[in-house]
Amino acid sequence: MTNSDKNRLKDKAFQVFGIFCTLIGLVVLAVFLIDILIKGLGRIDWEFLTSLPSRRAARAGILTAWAGTLWILVLTTIIAFPLGVSAGVYLEEYARKNRLSNFLEINISNLAGVPSIIYGLLGMEIFVRQMGLGGSLLSGALTLSLLILPIIIVTTREAIKAVPGSIRDGSYALGASKWQTVWNQVLPASFGGILTGIILALSRAVGEAAPLIVIGALAYVPFIPSSPLDEFTVLPIQIFNWTSRPQEAFLINAAAAIIMLLFITFLLNGIAVYLRNKQQKKIKW
Amino acid sequence: MAKNNIKLEAKNLNAYYGDFKALKDITISMEEKAVTAFIGPSGCGKSTFLRTLNRMNDYIDGFRTEGDILLDGKDIYDKNIRVDELRKEVGMVFQKPNPFPKTIFENVVYGLKIQGIKNKAHLEEAAEKSLRQTALWEEVKDKMHKSALALSGGQQQRLCIARALAISPSVILMDEPTSALDPISTAKIEELIYELKNDYTIVIVTHNMQQAGRVSDNTAFFYMGELIEFGKTKTIFTSPSNDRTQNYITGRFG
Repeated sequence: MTNSDKNRLKDKAFQVFGIFCTLIGLVVLAVFLIDILIKGLGRIDWEFLTSLPSRRAARAGILTAWAGTLWILVLTTIIAFPLGVSAGVYLEEYARKNRLSNFLEINISNLAGVPSIIYGLLGMEIFVRQMGLGGSLLSGALTLSLLILPIIIVTTREAIKAVPGSIRDGSYALGASKWQTVWNQVLPASFGGILTGIILALSRAVGEAAPLIVIGALAYVPFIPSSPLDEFTVLPIQIFNWTSRPQEAFLINAAAAIIMLLFITFLLNGIAVYLRNKQQKKIKW
Repeated sequence: MAKNNIKLEAKNLNAYYGDFKALKDITISMEEKAVTAFIGPSGCGKSTFLRTLNRMNDYIDGFRTEGDILLDGKDIYDKNIRVDELRKEVGMVFQKPNPFPKTIFENVVYGLKIQGIKNKAHLEEAAEKSLRQTALWEEVKDKMHKSALALSGGQQQRLCIARALAISPSVILMDEPTSALDPISTAKIEELIYELKNDYTIVIVTHNMQQAGRVSDNTAFFYMGELIEFGKTKTIFTSPSNDRTQNYITGRFG
């Protein structure tokens, strides 16, 4: 065998190995999805979506769970969106580049890597106990907001950074103040990117169970929350609860709830991809 | 050289980026309603100097100046001067056309809108007036509400000039306004500069020696942060008194 034959063989070998590695992840995911779909799809009907939880698997539904998830989504957005975007704008446009801003930057990136259960413990101490909010929707949304704030701040900064400096120069040169420039030029030009980041952050928050369990969200809530101070449950907690039961029927319920949760997550991701593509088409620098 | 009043004046101006001294003891005066050109090799400080004239360097960390810049006799770095007011008086056009990613109309009236002017008729009138001044009106009047990014490079640059004129400044700073344009667009911009100097004081930075010769009344030659020579453009180009000016103009370096 000549040297070049050997090289070609190595090349081929790596290609095969690479395909194998790529497929492992996909195949496992596909097997999981198919298994869930087979088990759960038949269980999903109008009654399942509109029934309250029950001790009997056949009568149990996920009404309170998805209503809670929706509440959490909306409240978390209302809390995290203005905080995260404002912080991102401040760090990118206003903060002078010095030691303090460097220190803040590094720590925000670090916060994005903190395990979610730690945020749960923090939320329990601050919101549930100190502020006396109890295991309410508001406590949950505040906790999840803390969890996704670093992600929103980082993506906001990336989106703002992508706006060329010449646009800011043009605005300043016409007598605009910093705020006018941010509001009229920078934010509109980077809004698609910011929105994409927020939606991806929310789709992460939707899937969290651990921090909400820590702050005391319950699996059995026999009513739809009607105010932010009500107790609640969310889909991931309902799923966690059902999968820990021994009866087969509850496992099928869990599979059906997982399909609903995946549906919400994929929907959010789909919106994010759509917005990003639309934005890229609209603005060509 | 005192044909006209002095509009802009720098007195013993030093400028620093951190520890780096970018401008060294610049003293120069610019005539009202005339074109003053700054020439010199890259990094000589001419653009830095231009950007101190409307304080565009304010947002650069570590930038500071010493000495005075006087606009109509008033120091523009004085504490009582509001920088947004200054920039309404001293407009600027950049090297690369930088229209906002908005409609043509929104581009032209941006400067007025941020001053709080909302009257639609007034805005439309102002937009038409400045687009006519830049000879762009006939080309864009039917697509005022289309994106400015769809215009050609030369049209974009004239739009940027129209945008600057809309807030009625008295001085217009131009930072190599034609370096990104083709020869025909360049000729149109130069023609425009020639007309604008009837009403405005123009300061232009250029890398193109012929352009400085064609459009300017006075020329300043910068080298390594120093003002080497300043005078009538004709004099600078035909009989410069400094060897370095002579060498630069004849293309021996730069």
